[in-house]
Amino acid sequence: MIRLDGITKSYRAGARVLPVLRQINLHIGAGELVAIMGSSGSGKSTLLNILGILDDYDEGLYELDGTPMRNLSERQAAIYRNQFLGFVFQSFNLLSLKSAVENIELPLQYRGVPRKLRREMAMDALSRVGLTARAEHLPSEMSGGEKQRVAIARAVVTKPRLVLADEPTGALDTKTSDQIMDLLQETNAAGVTMVIVTHEPDVAARCQRVVRIRDGQIQDDSLSPLVDAPSASVPT
Amino acid sequence: MRALDRWREIFASLARRRLRTALTALSVAWGIFMLVVLLAAGNGLANGAENAFRDDAANSVWLFPTRTNKPFEGRTKNRRIVMTNDDYDLAKATVDVADHMTARYLPRGNLMTARGPNQGTFPVRAVHPDHQYLERTTISQGRYINDADLRERRKVAVVGRKVVKVLFPHGQDDQAMGADIRVGRTTFHIVGIFDDKGDQGEQENIYIPLSTAQLVFASDHTIDQLMFTVGNTPVPQAETIVKDLKRRLAQRHGFDPTDTGGIRVRNNHFMHEKMQGVLWAIRSFVWLIGLGTILAGVVGVGNIMLISVKERTKEFGVRKALGATPWSIVLMVLEEALVITTASGYLGLVAAVALVEFAKTLLPDNDFFKNPDVDIGVGLSATVILVAAGLLAGLWPARRAARIAPVEAFRAEV
Repeated sequence: MIRLDGITKSYRAGARVLPVLRQINLHIGAGELVAIMGSSGSGKSTLLNILGILDDYDEGLYELDGTPMRNLSERQAAIYRNQFLGFVFQSFNLLSLKSAVENIELPLQYRGVPRKLRREMAMDALSRVGLTARAEHLPSEMSGGEKQRVAIARAVVTKPRLVLADEPTGALDTKTSDQIMDLLQETNAAGVTMVIVTHEPDVAARCQRVVRIRDGQIQDDSLSPLVDAPSASVPT
Repeated sequence: MRALDRWREIFASLARRRLRTALTALSVAWGIFMLVVLLAAGNGLANGAENAFRDDAANSVWLFPTRTNKPFEGRTKNRRIVMTNDDYDLAKATVDVADHMTARYLPRGNLMTARGPNQGTFPVRAVHPDHQYLERTTISQGRYINDADLRERRKVAVVGRKVVKVLFPHGQDDQAMGADIRVGRTTFHIVGIFDDKGDQGEQENIYIPLSTAQLVFASDHTIDQLMFTVGNTPVPQAETIVKDLKRRLAQRHGFDPTDTGGIRVRNNHFMHEKMQGVLWAIRSFVWLIGLGTILAGVVGVGNIMLISVKERTKEFGVRKALGATPWSIVLMVLEEALVITTASGYLGLVAAVALVEFAKTLLPDNDFFKNPDVDIGVGLSATVILVAAGLLAGLWPARRAARIAPVEAFRAEV
C-alpha cells in the first residue's frame, strides 16, 4: 500500500538547511493500523504530510498503491487526496461556517457526487459516529470530541483506502480520546489502512504497529506489545 | 466540484459573511452611484449652457448702438449713436467672412395687431432674410421674408405660433396662412408661420421686411441692431475682424474706437467657445472625480478580497486536503467577487438613476441646469469596468491562495 524508500526532507531557514527526515524507509501494508511516535520536532508530522501528499520531499521514492507520488501536478495531487485519502487533524480543521453535515459533504462535493446522494452518504457517516442529532450544528456549537467525530466522519465518507490522523486525540480528554480511538479502530477493522501520528503511548498501544522516529530517522519499527498481532513480522 | 455546487457555496459564503459582503457591496455601489450622479449633474450643466445658445446662432456677432462713454474729438460723452442701413452696407463690405448678415429695426410704440375683432400687442421685428438663420427660426408653414419682399417693400408678415392663436382663435388657425392682418394702421399679408427653439416669448414675434418697416414706421434708414455669423472663422480671427469693424463704425460715427460704449458688441462666437471650454473642464472634472470614485471602489474590492483570502487561507488548505483543485479555489474566489461587484454595481446604477429621475421632478425650470439625463450606456460600461477590475483585483490573491501548500495553509494565522 505505502512504500517509502530513502525519503529525505529538509527545510531552509535563511542560509541554514535543517534536515527533518533522513533516509526514511517504511512499508505499510493494506489494512494496517500504524502509530508513528516521536517527540516534538522529530519529523513525524512531516512524514504524515508527505504520506498525505500535503507536502513534498527532497529525495527518495514514495509509492502509494504502486504509483510514485513525485512530481504530481497540483490537480493530480488533489485528485489523489480526494480518491485515496482521508485526513483527521488534531485541530479538527472543520470549516467554521459549515454545519457538521456540510463539512462531511465537502470531499464528496469535490468528487462530484450529486447533492441528494451526497447528503445521504454524509448522514450515514454522521450516524456511524453517533452525531445524527448534531447534523445542522456549526463546529462552534460542538464539543471537541464531537468535532473530532465529525472530522472522522468526513475522513471516511469517501471510503478512502488510507486514513491519516495527526494527533487525533491531542486536544481531547482521556474519555473522549478513548471514544475517538474506538472509532478509528472500527474504521480500520472495516479494512481501511490507518496511520496515526501520536506522542501518546495509550494511543500507540491500540495500534498494531508502532514506528518510532527520532531526529528524522526511524529508530524503531515493531508490533505493539499490547496487541495480539496475527503475525509477528513487520511487513516490508 | 460541480458549477451548481460552487454557486451554492458562494451564496452561502456571502450570506454567512454578511459584514464583509455588505462592505464590499457598499464600496462598489457607491462608486457607480457617484459616477452616474456626477455625470448626470455634468450633463445638466452642459445642457443648461447649450440652452443659453439655443435661440441664436452660436457663431453670431451682434452690434447694438448705445451712448458713448468717452468724449472724442470735441464731442461730449453720453452721445447717442444711431445706426442706419449704411452701417449694414459697411459691415457687408468689411466682414468678408460673414456668411449671414441682417439688420433689425424695431418699430417704436406699442403697435396693435389685429385681425377682425381679434387683436393683441406683439413685438414687430423688421429684418433681412438672413435673420431666419441667425435667430434659428423654423418655418412651419409658408415661407420666411425673402429678398424680393425687401426689394419691392412688400407688406408681408411672418408670424409666430402664439400670434396665430390670438388672432385666429377657436380652431381658426388653419385660416392664418394667406390671411391679412393689421399692424398699426397698415395691412400685412401673412406668408409664413414659424416656431422658435427659444423661449415661448419668441413665438409672439411678427417679422416684416426691413425696407417696408423703414418706409411705413420710420420714414428713414434707422436700424436698431446688426447681426452676422462668421462661419468657421476661428475665434481670435473673428475677434480681430469685429474689432476692425467697430473701428470703422467708430470712425464713421465719430467716437473713440476704444470706447466700450458707442456700439456695444456681443460676440456669441467667443462666448460659445469660452462656454465649450468651461463645459470641457466641467466634464473632465466630473470624469476625474467619477473615475477616482470607481478607482477607490476597485481598491476597496481588491483590499477586501485580499483580506478575505488571507482570512480564509486555512479554509483553502483544508479544502485542498479534501480534494479541491487550485482552479476550483481560484474560481470560488473570483465568482464570489463577480457576484458581489455585479449585484452591487447594478444596485448602485439603479439607485443613481432613481435619484436623478426623482431630482428631475423636483428641479424648478431654469436656464442653468437642464435635463440631467443619465447615460445608461456609460453607467453600464462603468459597472462592467468595475466588475472586471474587481475580478482582476481578486485574481492575484485567489491565485496566491490556490498555490499555497495545504501544510502552510494549516499554519496560517487568521
